[in-house]
Parts: sequence; structure tokens; C-alpha cells
Amino acid sequence: MEALTSLIHGFGVLADPMNIVYMFIGIFLGVLIGVLPGLGGANGVAILLPLTFSMSPVSAIIMLSSIYWGALFGGAITSILFNIPGEPWSVATTFDGYPLAQKGRAGEALATAFTGSFFGAFVATLLLTFLAPLIARFALQFGPAEFFSVYLLTFCSFVGMGKESPFKVISAMMLGFALAAVGLDTVTGQLRMTFGTTELLRGFDFLVAVIGLFGVGEILLTMEEGLAFKGKTAKINFRVVLQTWKELPKYWVTAMRGAIVGCWMGITPGGATPASFMSYGLAKRFSRNGPKFGTGEIEGVLAPETAAHAAGTSALLPMLTLGIPGSPTAAVLLGGLLIWGLQPGPLLFVEQRDFVWGLIASIYLGNVAGLIVVLTTVPLFAAILRVPFSIIAPIILVICAVGAYTVHNALLDISVMLVFGVLGYLFKKLGYPLAPLVLALVLGDMAESSFRQAMLVSQGSVRIFWSNPLVGSIVTLALVMLFWPLISRALGRLRTRGRAPVQAE
Amino acid sequence: MAQQAERSEHTVSHRAMELLVSGLFVAVSCLVMYDNWRIGARWGTDGPQAGYFPFYIGVIMFIASATTFGTHLMARHEGSESFVGRSELVRVVQVLVPTVVYVLLIGYLGLYVASAIFIAFFMAWLGKYPLWKIVPVAILIPVALFFMFEVWFLVPLPKGPLETALGY
Repeated sequence: MEALTSLIHGFGVLADPMNIVYMFIGIFLGVLIGVLPGLGGANGVAILLPLTFSMSPVSAIIMLSSIYWGALFGGAITSILFNIPGEPWSVATTFDGYPLAQKGRAGEALATAFTGSFFGAFVATLLLTFLAPLIARFALQFGPAEFFSVYLLTFCSFVGMGKESPFKVISAMMLGFALAAVGLDTVTGQLRMTFGTTELLRGFDFLVAVIGLFGVGEILLTMEEGLAFKGKTAKINFRVVLQTWKELPKYWVTAMRGAIVGCWMGITPGGATPASFMSYGLAKRFSRNGPKFGTGEIEGVLAPETAAHAAGTSALLPMLTLGIPGSPTAAVLLGGLLIWGLQPGPLLFVEQRDFVWGLIASIYLGNVAGLIVVLTTVPLFAAILRVPFSIIAPIILVICAVGAYTVHNALLDISVMLVFGVLGYLFKKLGYPLAPLVLALVLGDMAESSFRQAMLVSQGSVRIFWSNPLVGSIVTLALVMLFWPLISRALGRLRTRGRAPVQAE
Repeated sequence: MAQQAERSEHTVSHRAMELLVSGLFVAVSCLVMYDNWRIGARWGTDGPQAGYFPFYIGVIMFIASATTFGTHLMARHEGSESFVGRSELVRVVQVLVPTVVYVLLIGYLGLYVASAIFIAFFMAWLGKYPLWKIVPVAILIPVALFFMFEVWFLVPLPKGPLETALGY
């Protein structure tokens, strides 16, 4: 029960009223970011990161993580009312959410989505509270080879679990690593891939890349679709919420399943988006109302939202304990930790107890606050969405430019952001995934240094990656994930053709 | 718009874009391999040289992107559909070009003035709003940004001649 006392200690850290204010500001900004197209969790946090440099790390992480929770909540609003997913992870929510809104049951759908999100986050936070200290203690014994093997597993999982072509996943990922290597090599002091320019000396900052890839790229995509918001009106009052809450316990199996799928996908770097699809697919398969999915089933809203929020929250677990973020937004938060001088990883739990437990406690409070904020402010955000895109788009682009500039106070970064924006647009259209690119850009230096250290220990022999059972099994698992597309195809061929292959759709 | 729809919507095929992007990947991977080989990608006297890790990153990228390139080159009949419709492309360019100009303007006019011009232009050109709607939005947003960044959070943004004239 050591975790409980630590948690209570964490709530003590939160007692500062300013932290609660930051939490509400964060949630509010987060919902706004989640609602607006082109601003998502990852780049929203990236843009607002420089604003927090003057705060204490505890306040800053509380505000930034609250933005994240807000964005997770906010995505559901646009999906249900406008049939436009504000965030990729709320695509699955549109399947049943929008039909419900068309039937005039938008209030119920929203209440379900928010409650499901809350439940998913709560389960994931429980997991975080009790599992994270154990993993951190375990990981204290990790050497460079073990760390590299975990990085390897993270990146190979993208290949194994991604829906995109494995070659494209690898290409995008390697581009991230290559960009991360640009600039001064901290070990030898040599310049890598700067081609004689001083501008490239600093290398590519992943925050600028995130703002470009997710922000500007998304605006271009939205523009291409010629977006016209035609939303349903949202009437959400206390009576509807209570009524929905009375009905929801019926679906506890779906909610539990969603939460478990979400936690799993969040810890392994699947992320919230596949988690929401998988949970929707599973609910459709196992629910009694399965065939009616897509026509406006409450369960069809509950399943993806629970999973998305559980995944979003549990993505913090590997970030805090191992320094490996489970999602792009967690990667941005990790970048923030590095900027504040905190090294994520197992030592964080020993050296920065206030910070870690303050953060975990803030997740509990943040989600309660989030639930309250979204339930009370839906009409406001629905009204914001009615502001035409020709006003919203330039404002978002201005905000992106500001965000890119403030990272290093460098004008060139705004142009770099624009280039990444075009790249993001092309990559999205051609099915190159952005998440592995961003994660590789963030983790590139750390992955490289652990690889180098491991190589130094073994004097260049890769046998170090099978030198003990722990590292051996992680590396083997990673290789299985890497070749999973081939393995699953082989398995599929072995099976008789009569049975449909198991798919998460 | 009706006139545009009647014209051919075809721009460039999906396959061509696949080839272009994977081709670019191949080019980038060659660049990565070349530069890291130059600074040393082998085993030095005291451990791996600076280019060791990135060189192999380049190798893997080369293999993966060359495979993508190859498969699309072979599949000659697939992906002949349009990558992006003409009217869609027009809309994308309508955003992209003003944004590029905006980014260039920031360097000369400072961020606040450039933002005001950008928002006003966008609203007037794409939104076709009357002037009395454009002016408040285009002025209030940069002013709000100014107070949020320069005054509240003390983060300086690029400033131009106007701000200098006003004493900032």
C-alpha cells in the first residue's frame, strides 16, 4: 500500500490553489483544442509548451496534461454533433454518435461519451498508480542493452500493429531517426548531416515537427475536404445526464473491455486511435445489439471512447517509468520534461517523488474536472464550431506559427514547420504513419546512446542483446513484432480458407 | 465552382505520388548514408564512430523505401486514380500560398502585423466577409496574442517596424 501513501502525498502537492486553476485552464484549452480541426492533443501541447517555461515543473505538467485530458474529451463533441472527428481517436465515435444525434439523442450520446472517457481514464489511472512504481523499481536494474531492447520493442510494435504498409512505417520511422541525428553529436562532438550550414547545427526540434505535421498538415487536409460544419444542436441538461447514467451500468462489460483494450494499447505504443477502433470492433462482435451498430447504439459510443481515453492515459505509464512515450502527445510531454531538466525513466520515481505523484494525483482530479467542464460547456464549444472555417483556419495557422517560433525564438523554425506541414499532408494521404516518425524524432538520441553504450560494453557484438533472459526475450519479442506482418500472413495461409481472418474491424 | 467541376478533375495519379514520395525517401536515405559514411560509420579505436548509428538508419530507410518504390513501379495498373481532385487541389493551394507569404512577411513586418494581414486576407478572399466583420477579428486576435505572450507570459514574439514605432 506504499502506492496509496505516495498518492496521498501527491494530492498534498496539488493543494496549491494555483495548480487547480492551471488544471481548469488546461482542461478548457484542451477541449477547445480537441474541438478545433488542425489543433490536436500533440500539437496543442507542443504549442503551449513554451508558455509553461516560467512555471514550476509540477504546475506546468499539470496544465499540460490537463490540456491532454481536455483534448481527449473534446474530440467526442465534434464527432457526435458534427460527424467530424476532432481527433483521430474519435473517428470510431462518429459511427454511432452521429446517428444518435440525428435521432435527437445527442445529449445521451455526449453524456455516454464523456462518462465512458472518464471511466476509461479512471481504470488507466488506477493501473498507473499501482503498476508504475513496480515497473520503475524493476527498470532501475536496466542497463543500456535492456533500454535499447525496450526502444526496439516500441518501434517494432509500430510495424507489427500498424495498419499501414510495414515498409512505409519503417521509412517514416527511419526518417524520424535520421532527423534526430542531424546536428552536433554529443559523444564525439562531430557534426552530422549539417552540410556546412549553421542553421542545421541545432538539429530538428520535434516540437516544430509536431506542430507542422499535425497542425498545418491537418489544416491542409481539412481544407481539401472543403469543410462545412453542419452540426446538430446540443441540448444537454442534468436530467438527460442522470437518465444516461442510470442506463450505463447495463453496459459495464463493454466499458471494462474498452478500458482493458485501451490500457493495453496505450502501454504498448499502439495509441488511442487503434485502441478505439479495436474496442468498437470487439463491442460490435460481442454485443447483443451488434448488428444494430452504426445506426445509433449507445454501446457504440461507449466502447471507443472508453478505450481511447484509457489508452491516452496509460500512454503515460511507459513514459514515466521507462522514458518511452506510448503516444505522440505523451512524446511531447516527455519533451517537456526534458526541457525542465527532468530525465524521465525509473529514477524519476526516486528523485522526483513530488513531481511524479503530483502528476498522478492530478490525473484523478483532472478527469473529474474534465467531466464537469465538458458536461457544462458543450453548448459553448458547439457554438465555437459554428464559426466558419475561413475564420478559424487562419487563426489556427497563426497559432501554429507562434508555437513554432517560441520553441527556440527562431524565425527559420516557422518555415521548417511549413515544410513539415506539407510533408504531413502528403504522408497522411499516402498512408505513411506520423506517430512513429514523431516518436523516433523524440527518442532518436536516447535510443542511439543506449545502443552505443551497449555496443561499447560488448565491443561491437550484437550478442549482448541475448546475454540474459530479460533482454533476450524483449529483443525476441521485438523481432516477432517486426516480422509480424509476414508471420500473420504465413499463419493465415496455414489456416483453412473458409474461416475469415481475425481482424479488428 | 460548377465550371470547375465540369473540367477534368484529374490532376496527378496516386501511383505517381507514391513513386515521388518513396523516391524522395530513397534520395534522403542516400544522403544520410553518404554523409555518415564520410564522417565515419565504422568501428573506431574506442567504440562506434559518430556516423555508425545513423548510417544504418540510412540503410534501413533505403531498403524500406526502395521496396515501396519498387512495388508501386511494378503495379502499373493500380493507383491510376487521381491523388487529389482539381477543385480540392485548388482549395489546398488557396491555403498554402497565402501561408507561405505570411511566413515570409513575419520576417519583415513582425508576427503581429503579418497575422492581422493574413487573417484579414483570408476572411476577405475565401470567406468573402464584409469589411466591418473582418477588421475587428483581424485586429483583436493579434492584440490578444500580444497581451498573452509579451505581457502575461513574457515570451517575446518577432516584432517589426510598427511595434518599434510604438516603443516595444
